[in-house]
Amino acid sequence: MAVETKAAPVVANHKEMLISGSEACAEALTLADLDVVTAYPIRPYDTVMQAIAKKIANGQLVAEYIVAEGEHSQFEIVKHASTVGARVFCGSSGVGWMYAMECLVVTPPLRVPMVCMVGNRALDDPGAFGVEHNDALVVRDLGWMLIWVDTAQEMLDTTLLAYRIAEDRRVFLPIAMSADGAFLTHSQALVQVPSKALVDKFLPRYDRGDLLLHPDNPITVAPQANEDWVIEIRRQNDEAMKRASTVIEEAYADFRKVMGRGAEHPWFEEYMTDDAEIILVGMGTISLPIKVAIREMRAKGKKVGLVRPRWFRPFPTERMVKALSRAGAIGVIDRDYSFGSPFNSGVVANEIRAALYNADKRPPLMSFICGLGGREVTLADVHKATDMCFAAANSGKSDPKTHWLGVRE
Amino acid sequence: MAHFTCEVVYRGIFQKNLAARICRGIVLSSRKAGRWGIAFGRYGDSPQRNGIPAKDFAIVADTQEELEQNMARYEPKEVDVTICVDDTLGKGVESWAWYGLQPINRLTVPNGTLLMTSLQRPEDLLKDIHKKEAPYTLALIPAKASFSGLWVYKEDHTEARILGALAKIQPAFLSLEAVCQAIREAEWGSDLKVQSARKAHERLQSRPVKITEGNPETPFAFEKPKWWEMREGVSIPAIPIGKPMEGGKGYVPERNPYFKKFTTRTMRPVIDFDKCVKCTLCWLQCPDSCFDVTPDGLYDANMESCCGCGVCEAVCPAKECITMVSEAAFDDNASQWEMWRKDKAKYTTWMTAKISDKEHVVRSHGFRFRGQYDEEIKKELDMGGVEITAGIPGENADSKKL
Repeated sequence: MAVETKAAPVVANHKEMLISGSEACAEALTLADLDVVTAYPIRPYDTVMQAIAKKIANGQLVAEYIVAEGEHSQFEIVKHASTVGARVFCGSSGVGWMYAMECLVVTPPLRVPMVCMVGNRALDDPGAFGVEHNDALVVRDLGWMLIWVDTAQEMLDTTLLAYRIAEDRRVFLPIAMSADGAFLTHSQALVQVPSKALVDKFLPRYDRGDLLLHPDNPITVAPQANEDWVIEIRRQNDEAMKRASTVIEEAYADFRKVMGRGAEHPWFEEYMTDDAEIILVGMGTISLPIKVAIREMRAKGKKVGLVRPRWFRPFPTERMVKALSRAGAIGVIDRDYSFGSPFNSGVVANEIRAALYNADKRPPLMSFICGLGGREVTLADVHKATDMCFAAANSGKSDPKTHWLGVRE
Repeated sequence: MAHFTCEVVYRGIFQKNLAARICRGIVLSSRKAGRWGIAFGRYGDSPQRNGIPAKDFAIVADTQEELEQNMARYEPKEVDVTICVDDTLGKGVESWAWYGLQPINRLTVPNGTLLMTSLQRPEDLLKDIHKKEAPYTLALIPAKASFSGLWVYKEDHTEARILGALAKIQPAFLSLEAVCQAIREAEWGSDLKVQSARKAHERLQSRPVKITEGNPETPFAFEKPKWWEMREGVSIPAIPIGKPMEGGKGYVPERNPYFKKFTTRTMRPVIDFDKCVKCTLCWLQCPDSCFDVTPDGLYDANMESCCGCGVCEAVCPAKECITMVSEAAFDDNASQWEMWRKDKAKYTTWMTAKISDKEHVVRSHGFRFRGQYDEEIKKELDMGGVEITAGIPGENADSKKL
């Protein structure tokens, strides 16, 4: 059903299509000339595997499409394919992603630049399909690069960027791109799709170099090791993750140069933050109601802005501190939970607290949990959170309590 | 700054592709005038099941900013036009995305439009459609509900006709020319389809609906508990066992008070109690335990829990004992057995009229009866539908013969 709109493209050398975030991802995979993809259905990720299958069936993409018997094999197969030099794609959601956990753990130390899409979904139980970010966040400490997007367009762009970044020899780490279930995976929007020529200009071939598993390059991958080897291997991963920051900045700059459009800064989107007294922080499509609410508040003279983190790993500590420390108060809205954590906050709030610890200026921070399981984040929720942030700014004190918004109580 | 919001209320699976095509068509048509748009399904409706009411939405606006409010929610708060592609949904919508029965016109804005495909007269439809506290317009495209399946699409031009009609209802957002152009460019687009859109545009009938008109019933609704009122451990109490119907005889199962099933129904079983041989098969095989056992050992399909699947009719060994009849032929969920017990002669007259009405015993879906498709298409042609063609118009129709 993905057909061009026949409208004049907004940018040169692009065509416009009415597609979902998942279909946008599949368009990017086609342009990136994907080699191997594995599939195992779980909602909402399954929309992307269907879209890729259609691309192959229509003859638009030539790739090996392997239907695995579960997520564990699904991720294991692409890991191996990547070591022999294939550009790979994989994905899952919620508990499916959890079922692949053993493979997710081994991917970063083997330096496999696997690109995945996580259609964010609440973890069971209850069996629910709506968005929560806890699924992707589970791998936050393991060497996975993590990024959240908020539109179908950004999904397409990020997929192309992800290969460029992950497959850079300085990095060679896997990337999980998070797309909010329903709002991105199941909703169609108008997307500008670049030409193959543009993509070829931006995205080099995957070259595994000295790590290629091939008879001409005899190596053993993943031998058993003991305490005299492990910490050095971890240190290598640490260094690769640090190097990724440079690579990410290069890739975004180049993307803009080649495509003639795209995000100005890679790390996070800033919306009306220049003069903001209150800065709200939230990942993924939570940005959409927040932006609407910000415009409403601005119309009434309230200076509110938004910082929407894209990259969660690597976490842009210095830049984030710089962006946030100028505010009168910060309000972090988490679409996740971390039971029993400091202040019983969500994951993002505590990461930002940690990042601010060494800052010269630490504005009061308010922590909110909202929109779990796909519950709508309403304008009223955002207004309520912002009012509490203004109170914190006035008192100059952080509220140690984490506030749950939009819950029946 | 202006925007236009539209919902399509449809039968899950049977009309999934139809609804998606209509919503895409709205966005692509309005794109012709440079507008932005999004098309999405109500996520909570999925995974869809045969016949369970579901919704798709299309929103178009002058700017991308205007779309943001609806890009991260399951459904808009109100719509300018409600499109209903099966008139039996006029009785209300109980998706499995929510609890309670929602009137078909619930999201329609005051003075908005409810656009339906139907062969019924507006007056008959308004016996089903709930009253609304604001006036609105009821617009009708004379057509039978277009049913197909998950992997197939009934190419009967319903989506083109709806888009043509919409161009009449909302010309500021969808000009007829833009609609025709989008239809021609879309997958399986053809000049024949464009003709269908133009015909629907010409022939659209509409009438204002006053606040006094409509079904006066208050739809059932439920208050959801607070977090601290809910049982812990993701557990819910079991539904208690049933009880005898009366005088210690018969059996009525306890039913889920929060989720009824009747809005899934497009046809209902009509039972000739005099032909029943009391074999118990309908009662045993009904996937929804919808049969009450009467004190005299007969089986009465409870119309609040029957989803109209037709299994009872298929398994009944007695000839013409159970007949599936279109839901459009009924205005309430009253017990057939009670009616029969009260006045057998009157019941027989009522029942005979229902099951001998050729119009209403045509299958909307199901596994027992096949065919009827050719007759239907011919009928649609008589009503101003399209010429019967073999193959897919615009694709391979030229090389195929009937």
